[in-house]
Formats: sequence, structure tokens, C-alpha cells
Amino acid sequence: MLDSKVPSGPLAEKWSKYKFDLKLVNPANKRKFTVIVVGTGLAGSSAAASLAELGYNVKAFCYQDSPRRAHSIAAQGGINATKNYQNDGDSVYRLFYDTIKGGDYRSREANTYRLAEVAGNIIDQCVAQGVPFAREYGGLLDNRSFGGAQVSRTFYARGQTGQQLLLGAYSALNRQIHKGKVEMFNRHEMLDLVKIDGHARGIIARNLITGEIESHEGHAVLLCTGGYGNVFFLSTNAMGCNATAAWRAHKNGAFFANPCYTQIHPTCIPVSGEYQSKLTLMSESLRNDGRVWVPKTRELAQKLRKGEINVKDIKEEDRDYYLERKYPSFGNLVPRDVASRNAKEAVDDGRGVGKTGVAVFLDFEDAINRMGEDAVRAKYGNLFDMYYQITDENPYKQPMRIYPAVHYTMGGLWVDYNLMTTIPGLYALGECNFSDHGANRLGASALMQGLADGYFIIPYTVGDYLSGLGFDPVDKSHPAFEEKRKEVEDRLNKLLSLKGNKTVDDIHKELGHIMWEYCGMARTAEGLTKAKSLVQNLRKEFWQNAKVLGTNDELNMSLEKAGRVADFLELGELMIDDALNRAESCGGHFRLESQTPEGEALRKDDEFSYVSAWEYKGDNLPSELHKEDLVFENVELTQRSYK
Amino acid sequence: MSEQMNLTLKVWRQKNKNEKGRFVTYQAKEISEDMSFLEMLDVVNEENTKKGEDPIYFDHDCREGICGMCSLVINGRPHGPEYGTTTCQLHMRHFHDGQTIVIEPWRAAAFPVLKDLAVDRTAFERIQQAGGYININTGGVPDANEIPIPKRIADQAFESATCIGCGACVAACKNASAALFVSAKIAQFAHLPQGQTERYERAQAMVDQMDAEGFGSCTNTGACEAECPVGIKLDNIALMNKEYFTAKLFREEDIH
Repeated sequence: MLDSKVPSGPLAEKWSKYKFDLKLVNPANKRKFTVIVVGTGLAGSSAAASLAELGYNVKAFCYQDSPRRAHSIAAQGGINATKNYQNDGDSVYRLFYDTIKGGDYRSREANTYRLAEVAGNIIDQCVAQGVPFAREYGGLLDNRSFGGAQVSRTFYARGQTGQQLLLGAYSALNRQIHKGKVEMFNRHEMLDLVKIDGHARGIIARNLITGEIESHEGHAVLLCTGGYGNVFFLSTNAMGCNATAAWRAHKNGAFFANPCYTQIHPTCIPVSGEYQSKLTLMSESLRNDGRVWVPKTRELAQKLRKGEINVKDIKEEDRDYYLERKYPSFGNLVPRDVASRNAKEAVDDGRGVGKTGVAVFLDFEDAINRMGEDAVRAKYGNLFDMYYQITDENPYKQPMRIYPAVHYTMGGLWVDYNLMTTIPGLYALGECNFSDHGANRLGASALMQGLADGYFIIPYTVGDYLSGLGFDPVDKSHPAFEEKRKEVEDRLNKLLSLKGNKTVDDIHKELGHIMWEYCGMARTAEGLTKAKSLVQNLRKEFWQNAKVLGTNDELNMSLEKAGRVADFLELGELMIDDALNRAESCGGHFRLESQTPEGEALRKDDEFSYVSAWEYKGDNLPSELHKEDLVFENVELTQRSYK
Repeated sequence: MSEQMNLTLKVWRQKNKNEKGRFVTYQAKEISEDMSFLEMLDVVNEENTKKGEDPIYFDHDCREGICGMCSLVINGRPHGPEYGTTTCQLHMRHFHDGQTIVIEPWRAAAFPVLKDLAVDRTAFERIQQAGGYININTGGVPDANEIPIPKRIADQAFESATCIGCGACVAACKNASAALFVSAKIAQFAHLPQGQTERYERAQAMVDQMDAEGFGSCTNTGACEAECPVGIKLDNIALMNKEYFTAKLFREEDIH
């Protein structure tokens, strides 16, 4: 039933050949079509701008007060591309291979190859837009190595690469808004999808300022709404990041793929108290020079936590640089999933540091001795400042404390090679889809994927669909719009009628605790089974005992949050179902029952070399699992080893 | 570490842009010095919610100091008493037990209040739409390394490009001028070779839109630079003026 539409032929020729085979829309006819783009991060802004340039009419939506504020803006490290400017042996195939391997062989070969193939164009495009990438003294672009890659292929703009790329895409979007080709709807939230005869034909959105429920029609709908990390309450996502658009699409028939693949990023500032609202990432580049360690014994760790001894009192031989010890060849540069799991192990073993004991050290003392404090400042100054601002501790004088935090979700709406979901006319781009990163995303590849989808893939594939439609405008008087609108209004009224005694945040925090404990860095069948019933009970409690204030006709954060948390509660349960089904370990999904004798993730390729695509069957009914077999024609599946 | 404090907050409450606003006093109890300013407001809002009072509305999103969504004039200063930081990165250790904190929205005619502490900054959007871009389409551009850019120039452009568009410069200015915000974008492109083709048209279009939005004039007092959370420099305004006046004084064929 699931057709990935991956074209036949040799890997390196698939996309070129496919592009030729795709049907085109005559330039004069493009203006007869309207495309709705939801979300304005890298994927959304780039798609909206590129489609408008081609001549389509675009309606773009974001919940923030400006498209420039989408959370792509917070990405720090960089963006990969296979320019091989450094003459160090990089190639499209190598980036493809690294990405497939990094994803623990759970992504689709053809999609990943295409991503690597178009990556170079992204850099050209961004430079032409005026994105100020880092440069060398000769005036050419600088690169750095990142996330364990053995070549330097990462382009960056200090620690603000996401900001600069997004502002580039935003400028392209602004140009089209000015030309009248994009109609921009700020402070709007998509609350449902409208289908006519099985095809996506519009959305229902709430104007967050006035509360008005609006219907918008279009010939195709693109969801570029990011990931669902905020299911965990605490994550590195922005406060407003949510899964509502994707989840509503799922409930309308779009399959949700691999929801259990979540990325827990190893270098974040640890939680300091119950009031904590979000977690802050410290760029992974810190692991290029920082050394990760905990005390060798629990006794020492305990003394340290109680303040009876100081870090400096712990002698070199009493420190356990566990990543260097266990993975001598990659050391502190192992992939994110491996680094995170090892931090958890050290903490669970009672050797964590900091007041709470839920942290490990990232130590720059050696780097400072080797390069001097000034050199360290030049490289990481802004990150050290940020750390100091948040923790009031000086990382030049004492080691940083770090701990993993939820950062990215590899799972998302199932899409075929065209980026189309199982609903015709509905597409998912960027983090919102599932296709390119498998079970673990490598550093500097999220920005690459968002922009690849928006600039260089969707402009080709959406035309193929639209060309088969005929030129009639979408019938806005179709009863499907009124029906969905009514459903949305009823749901909002139901939320506003909740007058229990728990705040929405209370319930969201409880959900976060359950997910982190049982569906976080290490998962077991027993824990997941328990979590499932806990989440089900919490969902019941939400609808009985939550408290939502205010009215619909105003800026109402209580109502906004309630709607999002209601959807997180349902999605959380699906994540658990998926994690239960996948009785193997791979990438970010670690099942304690499935590990190698050395405690590494043990894949079961015979049983689980497939994409799990879940179909929604109705409230309180179990979702149905569909499997898309992953076929590897070009790479050999091996146990990942970073030793 | 982790001292607890009790604070008195005087917060601007305003139901919507048509109704009159007023200050309302709240007590913030047992506030940890490790909290961010917005987490302190979260705590107050949770208390209010439990009491059935409408929570204080404020804009915020990334809470990492980069999205530019958070605002707040805290004791008369945009983004609070610390230099070089946004409200979301301001921590309570910079306040003391028993202190009274006055919290207001950005105040500017071009930024009408939407509710409580949130203002409408779409004027900034229209200024960017007027010319804050290079006129190229996706695809068909030269290889990225075909345009060598001296590191010094690239770094200058980067410094201007880091503006987060929060509007603190407008809130800090006695004239509510948007000159720092507008000039940062004009300067980014004026520095770069990619921006040369349309540099004068861009400066005119963006400045004209800024004026049309009702922002005040720049009188070079430098309050904007002092309060900018990301350190955008006053030099940008000088460059903007140069671009604008060059465009106005000379014929196009003489300057290109």
C-alpha cells in the first residue's frame, strides 16, 4: 500500500532522471494555482519564496509575529555541503554514506542521496542572497569539521548559522510578499486540514489576535511546521513549537512515521529547578576541544555534589574520561546518540556532578593549557558567555556542566520521494517529515534538509501534482470547509469550558516526566507499557481537570497552550506505541533489551529494517502499523562502531 | 547559591489595543536567582491561573536570545538592567529581595499594544518587505566561491546581519526612531558585493517605508546602541545616511 515512488536506476542518476519525468505546469498557468505553506522556518520560507518566484500564488502562515522568528533561527553550528573546497576527499557519495550510517541505516537511500546531491546548490543560493558565511583571509568560504565527520564540509556563520540562513530565506520571502505573490499571515495557527474528495484543499486557522476562525483554500498544502520535541515539555525547542498541524493532518489520514526516533542532544545546560521552562543547547562544536568526564568513584562524586571537595581537588587519575576510554578512535566526538547515552549511564551509576547530580563535566582546562585562553575565547567565546549568563559559573575557570536534552525529532509525517504524505496534495518538508535522517541525525544536516526540501525539491515535485488538477479554483463554499470550521470551534469551546484545578502547564510537565523517564534515552518494554497507561490516564485527567481561562476572541495563551498540549498527549502515546513495537536499538532509539555485549545499540536488521508508518483509526482505537521496507542497494549494513 | 527572593511587580495590563491600560501590582514569591526573568513571570502566571485570573500576556519564543520575540521594558530599560542581553536571557540574580520591578511593553506609536506586554511590530515587516533583500530567484546563481569577499568585509556584514529585530532600539529611543534596525539591514548589503547593484534603491525604499510607518527621526543620541541586545553599532546609521543622501543627491548614472 505504501508506495515510496523512489525512481528506478542507479542511485546517482535517480533525481536527474526523475526531474525530467516530472510533469510541468506552463508558466502562464502557474498563477491559477494557490499553495498554502504552514510554518516559515528554513523549509517553509524557502518553499514559499521559491514557489512564488515560479509564479504560484502562496499563502504562508506562522504563529509568531514574524516569519523570521521560526525556531530554525536558533540553530548554531552549521550546514553541510559537499563542495570539497578543502580538497580533503569529500564527495556527494561520502556525505550520503555518512548520513545513512549516522542514521543507523534506518533512512531511505534515494532521499538521503538526493539531499547530499543538492546540498552544494544551497550554499550557492545563500551566498547569492547575501548570507555572511565565515570566510578565510583569501576571501573564500571557510569550513569546519563537525559532529564526528572526517572531512571539513560544514559552512557556518559564527555560532549563528541558523539565524543567517533563515534571514536569507526570510529576505527571499519578503521580496515575494512585496510583489504580492505571497500573502503572509502572522500570528495565525493552523488548527485543522480541509480535504475535498480525499485531496488536501485548505486549512482552518485561528487568528491568534482576534480569535477569528478562518478558512483558507489552496490546491496544495505544505506543512513545514518543525518537530515535536516539546512533547517532553523540556527541550531545546522554542516555547511555541508544537505538533498540532502535523497531528491534525495525521488524524485526517496522513501516516505518521517513526515517531519514536527522537534525538537527545548531549551538550545542553542541565536543568536547575522545577520552574525551568526550556533547555539551552551548547553547540556540539564544543566537543572538538572539551573533554567529557565524571569522577571515577561514587564516593568522590558524592563529596563533590555536597560541596565537601572542589573539582580541582579531584586528581587526574581519579577522573573518568569515559568517552575517550570507551571509544579511543572517536573519543569525545562520537555521534550524539552515543554521547548522550553514556552521560546517562554515568549519572545512573551515581557519578553525576552538580547539585542535582544530573550532569557531567565538559572540561576545557587542557585546551586552555594547549592553545591559551585567548584562542579558546576566539573559538567559543559566545558559547562561554552564554553559559556564564545562564549558570553564573565561569567555564574558563571551572568545567562546564552539561547533560543531554531533547533536541530534534527524526520521525514525522510519512512522505514519498515527492515529499507528499499519504493525503494527496498534502506535503511535509523539513523536520516535519521523516525521510532523510533515519534513527539519528548528524550535526549540521537539519539546516541542509530544510533548505533542500524548500529550495530545490518541492518546486519540482509540487508541479507534477498540480499539473494533473485542472485550473478551477478551489470551491470555498464546499461543505467540507464549514464542517471542519465547526469542528474546530467546538473543540475550542470544549477547551474553554475546562475549569478544573490543574493548569495546562502542570499536565504538560507530567507528560514530559513520563516521556523522559520511559521513552527517553533508554527504553524497555516494561517501562513503555507502564508509560502508555500513565499517558492515557493523564489524557483523561486533562479533559476532566485542566483549567483553561479567558475567551476565544482575544490573545489567549491559556487556550493556545491547551490545544497544543491536548495534541501532545495523543502524539506521546503514539511515540510509546512505536517504541514498543520496535524491539531493537537503533540510533536515538535504545531498547535496553537489545544491546551488544559492550552495551552498544544492537540493530535487528532482519526484523526491523523498515519504516513504521502509523495510520490513525479513530479516538481510543489502536493505530494501524504499515511497513515500508527499507531497501539498501548501495550500502552494506554494518554495526556502527566508533571505537 | 540559589537565594530565594520576594518581589513586587507593577505590570502593564491592557485588554486590547482599543482599551485603556493600567498598572496592576503582583507579588512574586520565592523566586530563585537561577530563574530567567520570563520564568519568574511564568511562576506568577501559574499562580494567577490557579486563582482564575487571566495570565499576563507577553511575547516570547526561543528563550535563547536569538528569535527576537521577547521584549519588555523593565524598570525603564528595554530588556532590563543588563547590557547585551535579551529579556529571556536575563536572570533573577541581577535583582534583589524586596525589590519593586516595573514591567511595561515597548512604547512607540508605530508599535501599538496588542495585549498587556505584547505589541504589534508588523511595521518592521513592511520595512523589510520594501527592500531588505537581493533581487535574485532560487537557482541559476554562481558557485559560492566565485565571489571572493575579503574577510574584513564579510565580518562587517555579519556584524550588521546579527540584528534580531526585537525593537529594543525603538523602545529605547526618545523619538521612537527605527534607524538602528533599518540601517543594520541596509549596511549588511551595502558592505557586500552581492548588494551593490541595488544599494541606493534599497536605502531609499527602506527609509521611505520607515518614515511612512510613523517612526521618529534619529537625533544621534545613541540610546539604541546602548540597549541593543546584540550590539548593533551606531556606525550602521551613519552608513544608512550616506547611502540615502547619495541616492537623493546624485543621478543614478553618476553613482553606479
